[in-house]
Amino acid sequence: MNIRAQITVDGNEAAAYVAHQVNEVIAIYPITPSSPMGEWADQWSSTGQPNIWGSVPSVIEMQSEGGAAGAVHGALQAGTLTTTFTSSQGLLLMIPNMYKIAGELTPTVFHIAARAIAGQGLSIFGDHQDVMAVRATGFALLASHSVQAVMDMALIAQAAALESRIPFGHFFDGFRTSHEVAKIEQLTTDDMRAMIDDELVRAHRARSLNPDQPVLRGTAQNPDVYFQARETVNKFYDDCPAIVQGAMNRFAALTGRQYRLFDYFGADDAERVIVLMGSSALAAEECVEALAARGEKVGVVNVHLFRPFAAKVFVDTLPRTVKSIAVLDRTKEPGSAGEPLYMDVISALVETGTFGAHRPPSAAPKRGTSEQSAAPEASPLCASYFESMPRVIGGRYGLASKEFTPAMVAAVFAELEKTEPRNHFVVGINDDLTHRSLDVDPAFTTEDPEAVRAVFYGLGADGTVGANKNSIKIIGEDTDNYAQGYFVYDSKKSGAMTISHLRFGRKPIRASYLIQQASFVACHQFSFLERVDVLHLAEPGAVFLLNSPFGPAEVWEHLPRAAQEQIIAKKLRFYVIDGYRVAKENGMGGRINTVMQTCFFALSGALPREEAIAAIKQAIAKTYGKRGDAIVQKNYAAVDQALANLHPVEVPAYATSEIERQPFAPPEAPEFVQRVLAPMMAGEGDSLPVSALPIDGTYPTGTARWEKRNLAQDIPVWEEEICIQCGKCVMVCPHAVIRAKVCAPELLAGAPPALKSSAARWKDREHLRYLLQVAPEDCTSCGLCVQVCPAKSKTEVKKKAINMAPQAPLREQERENWDFFLDLPEFDRQALALHNVKDIQLLQPLFEFPGACAGCGETPYIKLLTQLFGDRAVIANATGCSSIYGGNLPTTPYTVNRDGRGPAWSNSLFEDNAEFGLGMRVSLDKQAEYARELVRRFSAQIGDELARSLLNADQSTEAGIEAQRRWVADLQWKLGSEPDPELRDLKALAGALVAKSVWMVGGDGWAYDIGYGGLDHVFASGRNVNVLVLDTEVYSNTGGQMSKSTPRAAVAKFAAAGKHAAKKDLAMMAMTYGTVYVAHVALGANDTHTLKSFLEAEAYPGPSMIIAYSHCIAHGYDLVHGLEQQKAAVQTAYWPLFRYNPALAAAGRNPFQLDSRPASLPLEKYVYNEGRYTMLAQSAPEAAALLLTEAQQDVVTRWKLYEHWANMPDPAPIGPPSNGPEPISALKSALNSPADGAQFQGAQK
Amino acid sequence: MIDLSTYYLGRKLASPLVASSSPLCKDLANLRKMEEAGAGAVVLHSLFEEQILLESESLDRFLNAGTDSYPESASYFPDLATYDIGPRAYLEHIRAAKKALKIPVIASLNGATLGGWVRYAGQMEDAGADALELNIYFLPASFDISGAQIEDDYCELMHAVKSHVRIPVAVKLGPFFTSVPHLACRLEREGAGALVLFNRFYQPDFDLETLEATPNLKLSTSDELRLRLHAVALLSSRLELDLAITGGVHTGDDAVKGILAGAHVVMLTSALLKHGIPHLREVMTGLVRWMEQHEYDSVSQMRGAMNAGAVAEPEVFQRANYLKVLGSYDLRGAGAFTGRS
Repeated sequence: MNIRAQITVDGNEAAAYVAHQVNEVIAIYPITPSSPMGEWADQWSSTGQPNIWGSVPSVIEMQSEGGAAGAVHGALQAGTLTTTFTSSQGLLLMIPNMYKIAGELTPTVFHIAARAIAGQGLSIFGDHQDVMAVRATGFALLASHSVQAVMDMALIAQAAALESRIPFGHFFDGFRTSHEVAKIEQLTTDDMRAMIDDELVRAHRARSLNPDQPVLRGTAQNPDVYFQARETVNKFYDDCPAIVQGAMNRFAALTGRQYRLFDYFGADDAERVIVLMGSSALAAEECVEALAARGEKVGVVNVHLFRPFAAKVFVDTLPRTVKSIAVLDRTKEPGSAGEPLYMDVISALVETGTFGAHRPPSAAPKRGTSEQSAAPEASPLCASYFESMPRVIGGRYGLASKEFTPAMVAAVFAELEKTEPRNHFVVGINDDLTHRSLDVDPAFTTEDPEAVRAVFYGLGADGTVGANKNSIKIIGEDTDNYAQGYFVYDSKKSGAMTISHLRFGRKPIRASYLIQQASFVACHQFSFLERVDVLHLAEPGAVFLLNSPFGPAEVWEHLPRAAQEQIIAKKLRFYVIDGYRVAKENGMGGRINTVMQTCFFALSGALPREEAIAAIKQAIAKTYGKRGDAIVQKNYAAVDQALANLHPVEVPAYATSEIERQPFAPPEAPEFVQRVLAPMMAGEGDSLPVSALPIDGTYPTGTARWEKRNLAQDIPVWEEEICIQCGKCVMVCPHAVIRAKVCAPELLAGAPPALKSSAARWKDREHLRYLLQVAPEDCTSCGLCVQVCPAKSKTEVKKKAINMAPQAPLREQERENWDFFLDLPEFDRQALALHNVKDIQLLQPLFEFPGACAGCGETPYIKLLTQLFGDRAVIANATGCSSIYGGNLPTTPYTVNRDGRGPAWSNSLFEDNAEFGLGMRVSLDKQAEYARELVRRFSAQIGDELARSLLNADQSTEAGIEAQRRWVADLQWKLGSEPDPELRDLKALAGALVAKSVWMVGGDGWAYDIGYGGLDHVFASGRNVNVLVLDTEVYSNTGGQMSKSTPRAAVAKFAAAGKHAAKKDLAMMAMTYGTVYVAHVALGANDTHTLKSFLEAEAYPGPSMIIAYSHCIAHGYDLVHGLEQQKAAVQTAYWPLFRYNPALAAAGRNPFQLDSRPASLPLEKYVYNEGRYTMLAQSAPEAAALLLTEAQQDVVTRWKLYEHWANMPDPAPIGPPSNGPEPISALKSALNSPADGAQFQGAQK
Repeated sequence: MIDLSTYYLGRKLASPLVASSSPLCKDLANLRKMEEAGAGAVVLHSLFEEQILLESESLDRFLNAGTDSYPESASYFPDLATYDIGPRAYLEHIRAAKKALKIPVIASLNGATLGGWVRYAGQMEDAGADALELNIYFLPASFDISGAQIEDDYCELMHAVKSHVRIPVAVKLGPFFTSVPHLACRLEREGAGALVLFNRFYQPDFDLETLEATPNLKLSTSDELRLRLHAVALLSSRLELDLAITGGVHTGDDAVKGILAGAHVVMLTSALLKHGIPHLREVMTGLVRWMEQHEYDSVSQMRGAMNAGAVAEPEVFQRANYLKVLGSYDLRGAGAFTGRS
């Protein structure tokens, strides 16, 4: 008997579950939000789970989505059933192969978590822009609207693809469906066996490339036959819809769930109909049901098969009575006559509809039954009869996961009722620019009053989301309730707020939108109350659970007034628990998840209390059992203690608090910050009108300083008496929250009383004062500064020159100090020794307060870049962590100095960053060249001396650059309002005469994998660009997938058994050009070496690359030890420090300088400090031991090679290679560098 | 023919030389080498309950770090099928050692909680260990716990483990007790089958450059034998339980001394780490040579021949001896003891 389990999973897992079982090869590349599908498939294969034919699918991670599509194409050609998973830009990269796969009539299913496309800005969130971009490829496109449908359609698509020979894109809404956790019925292996016809599989294999029966595919065709050949496939597309419907019908017979190409829901005599696809269909159904209950004649068509578009079936689906139709597209096609689905609906009506002739409605097939025609030719001739052509309007909604609610559906129905409804409207936003938005009644709701609707506000680190995922599984799988969980995150990597939306109840849940009215609100962080209105969703009589350090008797007086008023007005049932205390007492540290989860169950009544506790404990054993009994036991203890500490609060009759909510941006912030960014910070960005936003994605820099996040429990406190002013803390701070200044003592007159300073410890500057100041509200408490501090108290060695202390008592005082400190003048750059770490601390960072992880290993390098070159830097940033913390709204960390200069930054894509940066270089060089031409041409008008200065400026020093800036200013002043067009050009281009520093910044995923081809081309170009590879050895941003930088023996996603291949030696590959400056650095091991490498890279007038060791949360240890790990990496010779400077070769010297010592530690002393290695040793000790031996051998081999190279005698001077830099400047750079690296070896210990 | 056999923890051993608990014992090949080199028994490296706890907590911490807080990455690591947190690998090692060796295999346990001691002791017995060595490694750092309380805890622990397992149980002690003989008697009453004297505690050093305390352990030297000889010579005259000397046994002469003092076995760790496992054979050769030279037929004949009950001047083990030493030092002009320089 085929018994199906009820499971609680998200859409990604549902799709992957089927895909893994009905395929043999899976080629993937991670991209949000589809990455988990590949991860599931890999995990199942790595644990030996077979497909329905009893064989374990081969999963291969590729270097890009283009690569994945190519591999899929090849695997299909060679005769296996093959699939892939992707989203957004990834799907776009697959397009060329998609045309090929479809053109060759090759069955496959691509599972797509549909996502927005980067245009004016990148978005990881859901809409249909990616799917719409592939609608011309010849792929069939099948949409799923719910998690259940995802599992079902994944199978239907596979069956239909095999039968029709047409490849399918099976898509569902990114995040909304891919990440929604819902209770569904799980298909069984028997279901899949029943749906997949092995004869069709064999037919697929029979068509494959096989030397025993060779064929040739992929010919080049000439004008004589290409066109005809393209038309050969028409019948396959004509037949496809009926095949899909047939598969749907077979599926219905198996499972009882009947899908149709177009599912209609609503009144048989509906006059107004909405057409849409994806998860929004559920919100529309809810609305239709509510309106129908009021007697309104409305309906909705849920489009499943979008391509091939079965026009006649679609028209047959419509009630004969329809008078107006609104087609909603979750995409935007600028400049089109209308969005794709809208255009299809109109052409379908025009092509297949009959209007005006009379025919009784009873003759039409009854909608919503199996009588509905499956194929166009099966439709009754009269089926498409309408009294008149319905009015059709189109609208856009839901881009990038913009909420789409029943209230918005109601607004569309209301519009359809108007005599002149607005066409090409938008719904869900306020378009005050071109006035296309519909008004929405916020009071309209279809929430099921019987269902429990719970909203939880938590912090990323407190485990709230994990606990809620757990809760929804318990409710879904241990009770008869239907259950749904959806999780909203903010875009910061540290201190991120999470909002969980959980629904459960007796009725199936269709709500494909966030909870509008909550019957339960939990706030897991007391500090949120200061800024966030956590109670706005609470319905009258709801439960409010607060994690509070204050007990039931004291908490009231600590609430902001607005919260008190809402609690009273809505008659909320208010409970508190000191979750942190309970967690701490039970060994849980800051993880309050189990405590708060227990309280939720106790208050929500989802299960009887005893059953709930048993279920939570069972879930704990399941989740944590593998991690050891101690973890399970302390979680059990937390459960038991939670209930004893949960208290109701007696709510007074009146609000008495004088605490007001804090504004998100202070009054002194610029107007744009106040008007646009502050609402985003407050979580109210949805309310911003169209007119508020820049038209081309251009944003001001320097805005992160206005977003005070107050994340730190503890902040560094300076002990000026102990401090030796080395500047190391300033150097390593990932968030630029520790700054140093040196200033004249008189400038400190009027300083806040608590401001500290000491005599400057610089030769000839002893009369000045040194200040080390912390930004108390921007610190993330990572502790790296304390860890790196070398100065200790003479009498109490644990006390360093910088120590952590609780932030709260210091906040006000240090805020005042910080503001005063910022107003002090910056030190004169030209007077600093830039090769000296001590002096670097006095350079203003032009990168501050990024939303990176606390203790991030990448950001100190970027900060250093901006300190050194930021005022003339143009940065091309590959997509990844650095583009997210570097450019994610609302606020961005790149900033400006007092002159208004700072890095100009842009992110194009993931794959093209090297080319993008190269384009910037070429452009800037061209502008400079043209400007020089103009200077020469007009030297008489400009003045010969000024012209000579401009043309011959030596910009190799700070002073030289400053001089050139002055000459440029003189030139622009002289040109004044010169009417001559060429002189006007010169004035506009004069700035290009100041040397610009072009940087390409990205992670190893970019440099080693997806962007390597472009990077290689940049090396070969010989152009003066700098590449900064922030090497975390893994795809950090998408969750730790293996890259070619991942070292042997480390565990990563797609390398669950430990990576078996050695890390790619990107540095060596670049060095083989002989014309590329390469530095291999680790700030934690040798900051002087890092600094020198940056200076040399910039000075070298050809391509330069710095590969920077970046410790990362994906390495599996507390990042406070990141710098020590960097040191260990160098001491084991795993991460040798070296520089390759082609300019030295030009001067007749060995260009390769090994700057670190031979290994003084075995590799295991480094690797076994990190979870990515130890987890393998714990899970597969023998394999780990073998891999460790091999990894150690890698280190030895690489070191020997490097050592040999470094010890090679100096070659004779041969001059630079032909495409290398100009000899004079290169030599100058070379001669500024020590040849033997001795100074670094000394500093390395 | 000289009879080297001895009895320890209820088993007859072919030799009184035992390879003591050390990292060498983690490797099965090393255990085989120890047997080949003449070890009468092996004590496996210790299973540290605290380490299990730490590993478990650190695994939990890093698997949790950063999870479910950022939309692009709900996790950072694959979910592996198992993590070998806990004693499984150790128990497997006992099984493998039992299979590979003919000599007795003594498991060593360093617990952290009473529950842990008892649980893991039972599991070790089930895995086939011939005996257990309780490696009680308690460093008294609290100002609130008295010496008597600590001794009570040792006895309670011994009682609890002994009530849970049938195999013999030895206790490895540190030297820092107010009265080792009194504690030894109590432990014997609680069922201890042997005492292993003495544990060598890690002693942090000071790094004068970084001003950090650095935990490390130097390998022992023969000089450290004396403390053990003293204790064993005292105890063996009165107690029925077995005695083992660990710490300071490097040469055949060291072994001879230990046995003469009354040890049933002498254990080697530092010597093997320093010179390699084959060094056992050299120690053995030295022992045999001495026995031959001094016409001893068997180890049992030797054992305790110089304990406090057997020597002509038992006061050498008592205070009188101390005075004598001071005097001799003074005569040699070692002024530090007397204030003279």
